[in-house]
Amino acid sequence: MAVPRYWREIPARYNLIGKKCTVCGRVYFPPRPICPVCRRKSAGKMVDYKLKGTGTVVSYTVIHSPPPHFEGEEPYVMALIKMDEGPHLIGEIVDCEEDEIKIGMRVKATFRRIMDDGEKGAIYYGYKFVKE
Amino acid sequence: MREVAVIGVGMTKFGEIWDKSFRDLVAEAGMKAIMDAGIEGKDIDAMYIGGMSSGGFVEQEHVAPLAIEVAGLEEFHIPATRVEGACASGGIAVRHGYMAVASGMHDIVIVGGAEKMTDVAGTEATNVLASAADREWEAFFGMTFPGLYALMARYHMHKYGTTPEQLASVAVKNHYNGSMNPNAQYKRRITVDDVLASPMVADPLHLLDCSPITDGAAAIVLAPVDIAKEYTDKIVRFRASAQASDTISLFNRSRFDALPVTIHAGERAFKQAGLTPKDIDLVEVHDCFTIAEIMAIEDLGFFKKGEGGKATEEGLTALDGELPVNTSGGLKSKGHPVGATGVAQVIEITLQLRGEAGERQVKDARIGMTHNVGGSGGTAVVNILEAI
Repeated sequence: MAVPRYWREIPARYNLIGKKCTVCGRVYFPPRPICPVCRRKSAGKMVDYKLKGTGTVVSYTVIHSPPPHFEGEEPYVMALIKMDEGPHLIGEIVDCEEDEIKIGMRVKATFRRIMDDGEKGAIYYGYKFVKE
Repeated sequence: MREVAVIGVGMTKFGEIWDKSFRDLVAEAGMKAIMDAGIEGKDIDAMYIGGMSSGGFVEQEHVAPLAIEVAGLEEFHIPATRVEGACASGGIAVRHGYMAVASGMHDIVIVGGAEKMTDVAGTEATNVLASAADREWEAFFGMTFPGLYALMARYHMHKYGTTPEQLASVAVKNHYNGSMNPNAQYKRRITVDDVLASPMVADPLHLLDCSPITDGAAAIVLAPVDIAKEYTDKIVRFRASAQASDTISLFNRSRFDALPVTIHAGERAFKQAGLTPKDIDLVEVHDCFTIAEIMAIEDLGFFKKGEGGKATEEGLTALDGELPVNTSGGLKSKGHPVGATGVAQVIEITLQLRGEAGERQVKDARIGMTHNVGGSGGTAVVNILEAI
C-alpha cells in the first residue's frame, strides 16, 4: 500500500478523530466531508471531533476465511459497533474468548497493530476493541 | 417511453472454466444471444457490458471494445460501454440497455455481463471482491465480504429468531433447482445437514451458505416491442426497470435487518409497473449468501420482515411453492460470475416466461422479477418482465 494512503488516515485510525456537523450536532465516524442531513448547510462547518472510544456490539462474526494480509490470524472476531456518540463502525474484538462476545456487550477502543506489508514494508496500526 | 422487449438470450455454462478466457466467454454468450434473437451483427445499434473487476481478476480494463473486437463487430463502430456496480454490474448494464431502447436513442441493443474469476487464487479473489465493500473502513481492518453478510445474518437471527436451519434451507432449495439447470456450476443436491456440517466461513455463515467463485458470461438482445414482433412471437417485455443506491459501507446504513436499497428499488419497480408483490409469479433474487435471499424476499414485499426464513423452510419459495424463488439455482448453485449475474437473472426469467425452462419450468409463469445487488447493499436493480 502506498504510504500516503495509509498516512492520511492516521488521525482517524490512531485517535478516533471523526467529524461533527456544527449545524445539527451529529457526529460522524469515519469522517465524512458532508453531513447527509444538513448537506450544503454543513459546507465548511464540519469540525474534527474525537470519539471517547466506547460503544456497544450491534452484531459480530467470527472470520474463518481471511483476506490476504490476515492469513494466519483466523479465527478472529469482527464486530459492528455503535459508538456512544452515535456512529457505527467495524472493528475487531480482541483479548476475549469467543463465547464471551454477545450482542449488547460494552466495548472500548484500544490501539493495536492491524497488519503489515511484509518483512520490509510498513506496519499499519489502528483501533481494535476490548471488553469495557 | 417505448416498450422494450427481450428478443434474444445466451449464456455460457457457469463454473470453473479453465479452458476458456474472459474473451472466449464474452464471445460465446454474445454469439448465442445474437443467434437466439435471429439478428445479425450489423443490426446492433449499441452495446453495454457489465463487469465488476476484469482489472482485478484478469488485469484487463476497457472491456467494452474488447467485446466488440472478439465479436468481430468493429467495422460498425457502435457505442460500446462497460458499466460497473460490483455484483450489480450486470443488472445496471441491463437497465442502461433498457433506457437506451425505451428513450428511442437506439433500437437494437445487446447487453452482456462477464467475469473470469478463477484465473487468480482464492484469497486474491476474496480480496478483489472486498473492494465492493468500503476498503478503508471495512476491508482494511480484516473484514471480508462474507463477514459483512454474516453481521446481517446474526443481527437478523437475534432480532427475529431466524435459525441456521432456515438459512441452510435456502441453499438446499437453490441446489435442488440448480440440479435441473444445465448451465449451473453445482448440480449436486444437498441437505440441511450438509450445509451445517460444511466449514465455517464467517460465523454464522458456512461454506454452503455462500455463493461460489465462478467464471461465466451472459448476454441478452433488447428491442422496442414493435420491432421485436419482426423477430419473435414469444415476446417478453419489461414492465419495469428500477435502480437504487445507498452507502457503500454497511455501518452507515439506516438499518441492518434489511437492505434499504432493495426496498427502494423494489418499490420503484412495482410503482412503474403498476403491480404488487401478489402479481409476481416467480423471482430471481440476489442470494450471494443465504441470508441475502431471506432479506430479499422480505424487502421486496413478498413476506413480512422476519418471516423470510420460516417461509423458505416451509417450502413457500420452492419450485412448486406459492412464489418460486431462484428457479435457476440462484447465485448459490448456478454460480456467481459477478458481472454476469444480473444479465443471467433476466435470462432465467425470459426462459421461464417463454416456457423454455425445461425440467424447472414454472407452470403458467406470466410475470417474473429479477433482483440484483451490488456490494453489501450499496446498489440494487429490480426488473419486472412479462410474457405477452
